[in-house]
Amino acid sequence: MDLFSTLVLLLDSTVRLSVPLLFAALAGLYSERSGVFDIGLEGKMLAGAFAAGAAAAVSGSAWVGLMAAVLVSSFMALVHGFASITHRGNQIVSGVAINFIAAGSTIILGQAWFSQGGRTPLVGSDGRFGAIHLPFADALRGVPVVGPLYSQLLSGHSLLVYLAFLLVPFTWWVLFRTRFGLRLRAVGENPAAVDTAGISVQWLRYRAVICTGVLTGLAGTYLALAQNAGFVKDMTAGRGFIALAALIFAKWRPVPVMFACLLFGFLDALSIRIQGTPLPLIGRVPVQFMQALPYILTVVLLAGFIGRAIPPRAGGVPYVKER
Amino acid sequence: MAEAAIELKGISKSFGSVRANRDIDLKIAPGTIHGIIGENGAGKSTLMSILYGFYQADSGEIFVNGERAVIHASSDAIARGIGMVHQHFMLVHNFTVLENVILGAEGEPLLKTSIAKARSELERLERDYGLEVDPDAVIEDLPVGLQQRVEILKALFRGADILILDEPTGVLTPAEAEHLFRILRQLKDEGKTIVLITHKLREIMAVTDNVSVMRQGALVATRKTAETTVEELAELMVGRRVLLRVEKGDAHPGDFILSVKNLTVEDMRGVKMVDDVSLDVRTGEIVGIAGVAGNGQTELLETITGMRKAVSGTVTLDGAPVELTGEADPTDLRRRGMAHVPEDRHNMGLVLPFEENENAILGYHWQDKYVNGPFLDIEAIRRDAQGKIEKYDIRPTDARLKTANFSGGNQQKIVLAREMEQDPKVLIVGQPTRGVDVGAIEFIHKRLIDMRDQGKAVLLVSVELDEIRSLSDRILVMFAGRIVGERGPDATEGELGLLMAGVEEKEAAE
Repeated sequence: MDLFSTLVLLLDSTVRLSVPLLFAALAGLYSERSGVFDIGLEGKMLAGAFAAGAAAAVSGSAWVGLMAAVLVSSFMALVHGFASITHRGNQIVSGVAINFIAAGSTIILGQAWFSQGGRTPLVGSDGRFGAIHLPFADALRGVPVVGPLYSQLLSGHSLLVYLAFLLVPFTWWVLFRTRFGLRLRAVGENPAAVDTAGISVQWLRYRAVICTGVLTGLAGTYLALAQNAGFVKDMTAGRGFIALAALIFAKWRPVPVMFACLLFGFLDALSIRIQGTPLPLIGRVPVQFMQALPYILTVVLLAGFIGRAIPPRAGGVPYVKER
Repeated sequence: MAEAAIELKGISKSFGSVRANRDIDLKIAPGTIHGIIGENGAGKSTLMSILYGFYQADSGEIFVNGERAVIHASSDAIARGIGMVHQHFMLVHNFTVLENVILGAEGEPLLKTSIAKARSELERLERDYGLEVDPDAVIEDLPVGLQQRVEILKALFRGADILILDEPTGVLTPAEAEHLFRILRQLKDEGKTIVLITHKLREIMAVTDNVSVMRQGALVATRKTAETTVEELAELMVGRRVLLRVEKGDAHPGDFILSVKNLTVEDMRGVKMVDDVSLDVRTGEIVGIAGVAGNGQTELLETITGMRKAVSGTVTLDGAPVELTGEADPTDLRRRGMAHVPEDRHNMGLVLPFEENENAILGYHWQDKYVNGPFLDIEAIRRDAQGKIEKYDIRPTDARLKTANFSGGNQQKIVLAREMEQDPKVLIVGQPTRGVDVGAIEFIHKRLIDMRDQGKAVLLVSVELDEIRSLSDRILVMFAGRIVGERGPDATEGELGLLMAGVEEKEAAE
């Protein structure tokens, strides 16, 4: 296999691997821009994946799975909202709780309902989001350079992949071109300004948290019904935290979030690719090192290369009316 | 007389056992500037917050333009044409002026059209009221005076006819305050009704038509400004006669004890904040440093007290140098007789969650009288604190109360008591009466004069020109990091004002 086709394959799996990160990071962006920190992305994604796997297995429909995932992870987002917005609880504690609940309950419910050691039964092709072939993908396959790029890199992904990447400009547009976005950014910086302008801080933050729930639901659905054919226990494997790293890395901005997710997806793809193959000069790279790279990279880059990531000013602080 | 723009009937509000507002009746005539004056904690801000829907009154009624108004939230107040400029600005620091103005009043779901509309409306308001500000500037890049202007524009943009300003001049320079008053008068001429909340008597006299005085949650009097005097208002506020300018005898300065030579200090970005400053303070005199906030006074204080690194220059305390690496040992400086009342009592002077008695010895806790072997002598510390509470009239008189629960004036007295009772040789004081009530100001000023008369050297930094003029034996004016002039205590306000504004010495003398 020549270098070019290796590269195309590598980029292709980069795209696939970065999609769950992208959904989750954009999910976190809505919440955190409104001033509600969310380290429960992982848990919501996991619960979403389980709901998608379970519902698709029972109904045989991928769309039912998606609905279930969105509902379940939105519900968990609302729990986080109830604790941290209505009751002004500690957002980190609430997020950690969500992660634990999701990790435990998915295994218990999976075992109770399907008795397959915490997994959900494999779903058939109707229960999955299959690949969509863009027009002329086959016809163009033979064309040098452009052909493989179009037919392999652009074409042949599931609906959710295209949706994830379309959500990037959409989120940018919402954030910077709509009234809702203006208020969302304002409430994350200075909720008192929003309150005195006659807008409900709580309702605004709840709406942001619901956006987060919907998007983590999509992330979970992608893992269970597009990348795999069912739910496997702990299948998020820390992606929620990598997404959070990407979000910080990108300083809470949609387009840089996409690039950060692609970068982390690329590292993931690379680690799978070079697993076991010794590299020239370096030798065999331990797979653990590759897995740790996104975190190391975040720390190193934030520490010196791209400047400080300044979170939304009101982030993590419950809003209490006072003067 | 026309219908009152605002009428409050029997407004009461309690927070727990504290009665912030008791049975308040107030009428504000349309097209006037109505001042509400009172000490901190008198209930002015609570009353206005009730009017703006931030709090609900426990009882009482509000009438706006003769109609009974139920105000549950800020949006109700805005709908009634009430706008408010808060003491702490309600602006989003990284938004543009335009974005801040339209926030909450966008009108349409998409920003493009609402921004375009707002831009032309803003231009009209700027033209009509002389409120120029660049609509595309980002808030954090604007000086506070302009930020306040944005707050006023926000209220006008929402169609406010009644504008409430809560302590608007606290953050402004004298010139900016003067400009604000011109704007307020102009708004009044356009038929707007303005409510001005302040604790500064001279502002009331300068700009209002009527004034209401609040004390301990009650409205004690309403007067026509033209028919009252500063003395009467001060007495109504405090409930007893107050001296607005402390009496003091002549200074009897002795030897030089603190001297600063050619001091230069830069901030993190390398900008010169203190530029080649030299000054001397003798025992038995108060040297005041006047200047608009942000002209290097803070940096000068922090450097002299050993907290900030100097680029060059020396500071000598009683013949021995002060370490200027920014790492000076504060305990060592205290042992050598330097006491420091920092400008920012919340961040530097006190640990707010601590009990009063703990703050009363903080920094001096190593002294023999407070320790018992390796342990603190809690009994002695509490006795000591109780003594200071009595001597400095700190209220409430409970030494075990959390410091955060004291009012600003009493917190300041806690710091002053701690530093003054150590019998220092040199007292460095920054903004001693910032956010402090009239009654407490009088007390603090008297104590500072006492210190001087006991032969201490006092270096006073304040942005309150009145304070500098009434206390200082010599006045130095700082501008852009330099000392631009020295004057005696009889210098006029105008003369000092010119120096503070950076007008050259020669021109000022002319």
